[in-house]
Amino acid sequence: MSEAETKHLSQGAGAEGSVATQRAALSRLHLIAALVSLVGLADSIYLTVKHLTGETVQCTLLSGCDVVLSSAYSSFMGLPLAPLGAAAYFAVFSLATLAAFGYRGMRVPLLLVVGVMLLMTLRLLYVQAFVLHHYCEFCLLSALVTLTLTGLMLYSIQVPGLKSQVPGR
Amino acid sequence: MKRNLPLLIIAGVLVGAFVVGVLLYRAMKPAPDKTQNNPASMAAPGAEPPHTRGVANAPVLLEEFGDFECPPCGQLYPVLKEIERDYGERLRVDFRQNPLVTMHKHAYDAARAAEAAGMQGKFWEMHDMLYEKQSVWTVAPDPRSEFQNYARALNLNEDTFMRDLVGEMASTRVALDLRRGKSLGVLGTPTVFINNRQLKAEEMTQDGIHKAIEAALKEKGL
Repeated sequence: MSEAETKHLSQGAGAEGSVATQRAALSRLHLIAALVSLVGLADSIYLTVKHLTGETVQCTLLSGCDVVLSSAYSSFMGLPLAPLGAAAYFAVFSLATLAAFGYRGMRVPLLLVVGVMLLMTLRLLYVQAFVLHHYCEFCLLSALVTLTLTGLMLYSIQVPGLKSQVPGR
Repeated sequence: MKRNLPLLIIAGVLVGAFVVGVLLYRAMKPAPDKTQNNPASMAAPGAEPPHTRGVANAPVLLEEFGDFECPPCGQLYPVLKEIERDYGERLRVDFRQNPLVTMHKHAYDAARAAEAAGMQGKFWEMHDMLYEKQSVWTVAPDPRSEFQNYARALNLNEDTFMRDLVGEMASTRVALDLRRGKSLGVLGTPTVFINNRQLKAEEMTQDGIHKAIEAALKEKGL
């Protein structure tokens, strides 16, 4: 084998190693996103059940759960936010799990869903801070989960060579 | 198998979420009260005690869901005052907070101002003041300072009033009334119930309310 051929093979092995490392890093990110979304899913299921039973939601750390959750802002286009949140978190969990296992075409819908959730979260945070002047800890937990997911998605975009080098199955 | 593993995980989480939801629902669902079967008595109770004017055991109960910033509520206010005078001890009036926060940006603060005054025993005085001065504070740059002026005019302790206005008790009472309204299907304001029967839009006139009260009295043989 010539010196040039040896160098070419060595570079190829290095590139494959780099792609494998990036794939592993990305898988880990998606796996973390899937696990984080389960926290949001549990939170939303609890609030959905409270909504269905019509029970008052009592805050243990803050004092405004009932104010926020019985306000007009607790629904969007006539639909209560809690089940919408549960559906959104389940969608994030599913897409992130599939992406973590290397399924193709999951990242764009995942980014879109998290983007929409971020907008809804920012709206609800604004309403709590400036309209109702009360905070609901379950809504804040959901906001924290969505912000964490947003951070993970932004970080995943920064993984170098992501667009071209991550093969699907 | 490995390719199907994520699908199995997703299906497992979906089933798990559903099962947890059903179990939570069963655990939290209140047991039905078989002794009460009319819709109003099955509704959420609202803030206790309610703000009441008139005799506690009057034969007719008029329950109003109001929003201090809503103009039709302001128009209904003198009508209800007159009706209260007409029926005296035969009528009890309950006021329930129903601020429409998406439409009226100061309604929630006004509701809490009335509750804060109520904590010093002057709910109805503040209620009347808010309706009578509706055209003033709704356009004021800082409605809370207007509410403070009203508290001063009513000889309330201003510091306590301003503290109570943003306190937990006022917001909880408003939230409980809102919950009662929601459970009764109140969609707008003013909404009036007479002996637990919701008046239709066309009945919301002085004459219409009179007729509804007369019918309620007749039902009771009075």
